[in-house]
Amino acid sequence: MSENGSTSVLSVNNIEVIYDHVILVLKGVSLEVPEGGIVALLGANGAGKTTTLKAISNLLHAERGEVTKGSIEFKGDQIDRLNPNELVRRGCIQVMEGRHCFEHLTVEENLMTGAFTRKDGRAKIAADLDLVYSYFPRLRDRKTSLAGYISGGEQQMCAIGRALMSRPDMILLDEPSMGLAPQLVEEIFEIVKRLNEEEQVSFLLAEQNTNVALKYAKYGYILENGRVVMDGEAAQLRENEDVKEFYLGISGDNRRSFKNVKHYKRRKRWLA
Amino acid sequence: MVLWILLVLAAGAAVYYGIRFEGSLKQRDRHAMIALSAITVVILGVQLYRAELLGEIFIEPFAFMGEAPDLFVQVLWQGFVDGTLYALIALGFVLIFKASGVFNFAQGIMVVFGALSLVGLHAAGVPAWGALVLALVIMGVLAVGVERIVLRPLVNQEPIILFMATIGLWYFLIGFGELIFGGEPKVMITEQLGLPTGRWRFDILGGRVNVNQLDVAAAAIAVLLVTGLGIFFNKTRIGRALRAVADDHQAAMSVGISLNQIWRIVWFAAGIVALATGIMWGAKSDVSFALAIVALKALPVLILGGFTSIPGAIVGGLIIGIGEKMAEFYWGPLVGGSIESWFPYFLALIFLLFRPQGLFGDKIIDRI
Repeated sequence: MSENGSTSVLSVNNIEVIYDHVILVLKGVSLEVPEGGIVALLGANGAGKTTTLKAISNLLHAERGEVTKGSIEFKGDQIDRLNPNELVRRGCIQVMEGRHCFEHLTVEENLMTGAFTRKDGRAKIAADLDLVYSYFPRLRDRKTSLAGYISGGEQQMCAIGRALMSRPDMILLDEPSMGLAPQLVEEIFEIVKRLNEEEQVSFLLAEQNTNVALKYAKYGYILENGRVVMDGEAAQLRENEDVKEFYLGISGDNRRSFKNVKHYKRRKRWLA
Repeated sequence: MVLWILLVLAAGAAVYYGIRFEGSLKQRDRHAMIALSAITVVILGVQLYRAELLGEIFIEPFAFMGEAPDLFVQVLWQGFVDGTLYALIALGFVLIFKASGVFNFAQGIMVVFGALSLVGLHAAGVPAWGALVLALVIMGVLAVGVERIVLRPLVNQEPIILFMATIGLWYFLIGFGELIFGGEPKVMITEQLGLPTGRWRFDILGGRVNVNQLDVAAAAIAVLLVTGLGIFFNKTRIGRALRAVADDHQAAMSVGISLNQIWRIVWFAAGIVALATGIMWGAKSDVSFALAIVALKALPVLILGGFTSIPGAIVGGLIIGIGEKMAEFYWGPLVGGSIESWFPYFLALIFLLFRPQGLFGDKIIDRI
């Protein structure tokens, strides 16, 4: 079932993930990313956003996690048994939560590691390096600094730029707003939007910052306790009363007091 | 005499800790400690002076260096030669430690194994250069095997578990090597490989300095290997990926770098270095399993130079090599000789106190 009638580039069907053979983290998650779409995966800490992304990019295996049920398809192919590097070669790359730049490499070297899987020649890689610099002019200024010494925002840009160097069709972006100032968050999301429009990169982004995520995404899924509890067009979700209350911190009434905590809990149970 | 030296060291350590851990000691205790240590040092100094030891330690060796400069140059050269070999061994450790964070205990036995296969193949009738190529192939097979059988099942385990696995590898290679090649020491096929065995004599500084041509060759090969590896690490796509893996395994995987491929390459590179070391060292003594123990001298070298630095391995190796020869020749007689075997570890201890990341170790990056 693809949304809006367009074909989906990524589809996750009812996956279950178990860590260490015992801990059940995802209890049947399904989602679709249409070609050229930006889809947001929302939810509180521990809801299973990162696990979902890692299940797709196959980084789960290194953390003793395993997809035990369901299937994941990327561009129509089953991908749940691929190595992460094979997946990158096919055009799906993850930008990990917390940036994870290579601290002892310079910014430019960091970007070049993103092109590791490419075999299409130096000229094309150099052209893409220029392209990345045109999206992130700040990185050009800092290209010879060690990535460990640049600011958090620049590191996030470096991480996204590094992923771009692999010429991906799809980027799994985990928590890009983490630890960044509000203006920077906007700046980074603006670039995500431009990349989506100009380079036709599809995005699946996991975010806690529901507000910003729903502003830039076209579609959203809300995860709770390893299950999708709600999904819909971003505009719809923004208007949904429950989303407003639990994730956007706005409510219909003017003000709520802590007296109503019980009430929240009851509503939340209904959601789950 | 030894007792005196130990006392001086103890007093020095007390002063050091008094200064270093000021925060965790009460002010009064700290002052008391420093004062006490200072008094001890002074008393000891006076005692030493009266026993004329001060002169024997701090003056006479240097006077002797000045009197016989030719001897000094000879000692320096011997130290340099041993230093390059230590540096080569340390290089093998650095390569693997950099890319996988594993201290490869088995590096020493890889040196022996490489040399043994070379000699063994030649003994079986393979011509020297063919044997060299085949020995390289064997090191490659070893690298692939280690990655497949040891590292891959242990991915994402604690470093200590991987370390234990390399100790296992050490014993396996000893047993396997003895099974195939036998346990008796063998002679390196130095001449067959075209390595020079002659000796140059230089009449300089009013004396004569002997230089083995083999030593010169060893130094040259070490320099070549080190430069090659340096370029490989810093300028190539694979080298960049190696450093990326060293920094952050998970992120490296996430951008599509295959850890398995990188590990195979690194272990192969370490194997090449081991083979080169085995040839050089084997040519100087003989090829036996005792060489593996000598390889542990790389430990102080690494502590000095830093576990993650190629230049560090070289400088560390030279310092240890020259340092131990100097200590042995000029200060050894004071304590009855044999400083050589423990002096490197002593140097390493001092370094650990003051600069735990080594001379050239990775900067510990703290974002503020």
